[in-house]
Amino acid sequence: MKHEFRVRVGPAGFRIGSDWKQPIDQLAALYSDYPAPDIPDFTVRLFAQRPWRRFLRPSVMIGGDYMLPDAAPVSLAHGLLAAEMGMNLQMALGQRRYLLLHASAVERDGKALLMTGHSGAGKSTLSALLGERGWRFMGDEFVLVDLSTAVVHAFPRLVSLKNEAITLFEGAVDADRLGPLMRDTPKGDIRHLQPPTDAIAKMSEPARPALLLFPRFGHAPDVREVGEAEVFVRLTQASTNYVALGEAGFDALSSLVRTIPTRAVDYPDTENAVASVERLWMELAE
Amino acid sequence: MTDAGILTRALVDPSTTQNFDAGDWTALIAMARAEQLMGSLAHRLDGLGFLPEKVAQLCADARRFAEHARRQALWEAEMSRRVLAPLGEPVVLLKGTAYVAAGLSAGVGRSIGDLDILVSHEALDAVERALTGQGGWEWVKEDAYDDAYYRDYMHELPPLIHKERDRMIDVHHTVLPLTAKPTPDAVSMIADSVELENGLRILSPADMVCHSAAHLFADGDLAGGLRNLWDIDQLLRDFGTRDGFWKALGQRAERHQLAKPVARALRLAEALYETPLDGALARRGRVGDALYIRRLLARDDWGRETRKFLRLAFYIRSHWLRMPPLMLIRHLWTKWRKGQN
Repeated sequence: MKHEFRVRVGPAGFRIGSDWKQPIDQLAALYSDYPAPDIPDFTVRLFAQRPWRRFLRPSVMIGGDYMLPDAAPVSLAHGLLAAEMGMNLQMALGQRRYLLLHASAVERDGKALLMTGHSGAGKSTLSALLGERGWRFMGDEFVLVDLSTAVVHAFPRLVSLKNEAITLFEGAVDADRLGPLMRDTPKGDIRHLQPPTDAIAKMSEPARPALLLFPRFGHAPDVREVGEAEVFVRLTQASTNYVALGEAGFDALSSLVRTIPTRAVDYPDTENAVASVERLWMELAE
Repeated sequence: MTDAGILTRALVDPSTTQNFDAGDWTALIAMARAEQLMGSLAHRLDGLGFLPEKVAQLCADARRFAEHARRQALWEAEMSRRVLAPLGEPVVLLKGTAYVAAGLSAGVGRSIGDLDILVSHEALDAVERALTGQGGWEWVKEDAYDDAYYRDYMHELPPLIHKERDRMIDVHHTVLPLTAKPTPDAVSMIADSVELENGLRILSPADMVCHSAAHLFADGDLAGGLRNLWDIDQLLRDFGTRDGFWKALGQRAERHQLAKPVARALRLAEALYETPLDGALARRGRVGDALYIRRLLARDDWGRETRKFLRLAFYIRSHWLRMPPLMLIRHLWTKWRKGQN
């Protein structure tokens, strides 16, 4: 294609082709510290639906090795988001080497804290925040559970900050690490954040899962135990490829659920959340 | 200009990839995925010592994909068997599910979408009632025109989807639209079908090739054509050494009025996949073959469709084959008006 960018995030390499220069330049700036794969795992294509839509009210179609049949195009101003969505789509539909959990993760002392929950529960913001405060950021979207060794692999792509979370980081981090502010996307306002240098440098190092939290933002502080069966079902729902992996997926997930301490955590604001995460980590992570 | 020739060559002779650089591999994998042939390719490349580590990994992933597709397809066939067995009517598996159920080479690494079955026209109502009743399948689209169109002119029921498993079933009562020119003899296809251990059936070898050729050259617009032609190549390699196969194929192709599509399938399989053939059946090469080959290979190193005009021409041709001109105009007019709402 006319413009091309390659990047490896954790174990997954991507080739992103585009009819336009802009999204590729934005990717190149934000992924500047990442390695480039010679043979990528996945191809993503950003293209104009009709030739004239390259110039006239340009709108970006998202394609690649794996595609959704009825995906709607996004405006060129949201081209970086389109690239990220395309990469996520390849992982969600095409990844079969690891059990994929829709979760965020941070690491300390070789041990991983996993956080999962519904969109808007705050798992992404919380992982990014912890990544700025002494933890190694492993990813805000997907955690890759190894099918044979039960360790988790990092997938530290750009953090996708949404709505109120954006202001938490503006001014607090180096401006070079922030992408363009994209307003009124299908998910509200979005601004991408480059993960800290150590997160990128150590992205090939796996970690042992040591604590699983189901955070929920906007509620009075509370911590609840969650039964194994519920944890299992919630994680099958949080996985995009659990069914497709068959027995290997079941084995990996059930051994994870049996060994990892788990809590549901409600929090009214992020400071409160960070404090309860640190406390639970001291109490429970082994 | 790159086209999917590197893919067909790699499938025929995996050693053609020996001197591939990273760019060649990247292109090959993108094309194989786009043509739904990655699983087949992964099996062909399995065990080759010179594969780059990443390619070996991606091939292992693709074999895992295919294994899941196989398991899911067989399970879906079993689910339909449980619902339809009490009717006592023969149920013939078609396409991918048939290939994996019968352990044929065409099923190795194959991606499988819907479950396709063939039942007799007389059994159609009972089958439909059983599937939508206790079976748990329901209509995909509630559209009066489409529904009536399927029932009056098509060779299959409107597609059904299972409420819980989210898997589609296509129930055929013959192999080509009723409005198409050839009229294959579905009754004799069912009569000649072969029973599997579990009571489900598959087409006889010759009919299986006839059906695959009809599907590829007398019905669709060649979308997914490389994969369908690979099916035909693999079927012919499995069956071609059996006594009497080529004679039976010739007879069945005539009987189903499919001699031309079968001959075309044989010639193109030989051209693209070096399929060993019985020469007489393939007939003499035709000028059009070159266009078919250009269309089938129309894919670039990013996995994109190329040769847009040729693709469009084959798309128009597919509708032309499906129905007589006046009917085509009425059909497109109705579809267009619906699109305006």
